[in-house]
Amino acid sequence: MRYIEPHGHMVSRTTDDYEAMVYAGCAAVCEPAFWAGFDRGSVEGFRDYFCQLTDYEPRRAARFGLPHYSWLCINPKESEDMVLAEEVLSIIPDFLGCPNVLGIGEIGLNKNTRNELRILERHIDVAAQHGQLVLVHTPHLEDKLKGTRLILDAIRADGRLVADRVIIDHCEEHTLGLVLDRGHWAGITLYPESKTTPARAIDMYEQYSRQNLWLNSACDWGRSDPLSIPKTVLEMRRRGHRESAIEGLVYGNPVRFLSQNPRFQLRLE
Amino acid sequence: MTKQQVLDLYFMDARSKLIDIAAFLDRLDRAEGQPDFRAGEFRKALEWMQSADQERAKGVLLSLSDPTTEPIAKAPGKGACGAWPGPGTEEGR
Repeated sequence: MRYIEPHGHMVSRTTDDYEAMVYAGCAAVCEPAFWAGFDRGSVEGFRDYFCQLTDYEPRRAARFGLPHYSWLCINPKESEDMVLAEEVLSIIPDFLGCPNVLGIGEIGLNKNTRNELRILERHIDVAAQHGQLVLVHTPHLEDKLKGTRLILDAIRADGRLVADRVIIDHCEEHTLGLVLDRGHWAGITLYPESKTTPARAIDMYEQYSRQNLWLNSACDWGRSDPLSIPKTVLEMRRRGHRESAIEGLVYGNPVRFLSQNPRFQLRLE
Repeated sequence: MTKQQVLDLYFMDARSKLIDIAAFLDRLDRAEGQPDFRAGEFRKALEWMQSADQERAKGVLLSLSDPTTEPIAKAPGKGACGAWPGPGTEEGR
């Protein structure tokens, strides 16, 4: 079955992963900017990373006929250094014209600090000024509930972003309703330990929303599985969901959100 | 799905996880020394398992979450440990 991986950190994955994803039916992959596992030392490190996301990585994916899209930001884990963060924010507009860039992301919060919140507000400002889609990371584990509330309030306080042009990712049972109630799209991340399992993800799909929701693997350098979406397709089949409903979730929904940027070329038909 | 179908699909998996939790608590009790706050928070969250509420997963997640609302002055580190230690601690602020 065709599906879209709307959140994969492919710079951390092998070429074999690209090949396996295509074999499994992946029709496009979208890569938000994120933390490398260590703090970058300068704005030039980010410039190189943005070149990787907008030039090198799309070419690597193209070897397997896989369209590759990207999102740009400085991630919240590096937002405590506000001088560096402002420098990175200043170069983001240089890359917004690249043909595979879909918007600003994954912005958000990590430990819910004042500096992280300030840099989140600055990203919201850049997105509003440039009319960009927004992809938001919510914090991990015990910090997720508080961070999700702070993020939703920051977006509402700014007031310039259209709610359904913002997706709030990594939602779980205690945050999904908060996000959908504000009119945003919600993402559910399938991880082996933290975040959600395929069974829980489909529980939420059945209980909360079948529309403004996408699934992703958020595969990166940590414990994660780039094939978690096709494995969740099997979970849905075990429960008796129709093929059209399954494809609606793993292909149709991401297409509907991402097509709000005309650069995203895949269509529903 | 019917209740019978849910049992047929998920009982063995849930049984395995239930025994894993029991074994984890046994292992923790056998170990030497004093546990940090996570042991107590884990046991508190376990109370949701016997709740009649149909939002047990949400209840467990809320039980393990930081309930405060104000941003903190400085990050104590980059990672999260899975439970909130409470107010007045380094991580709980």
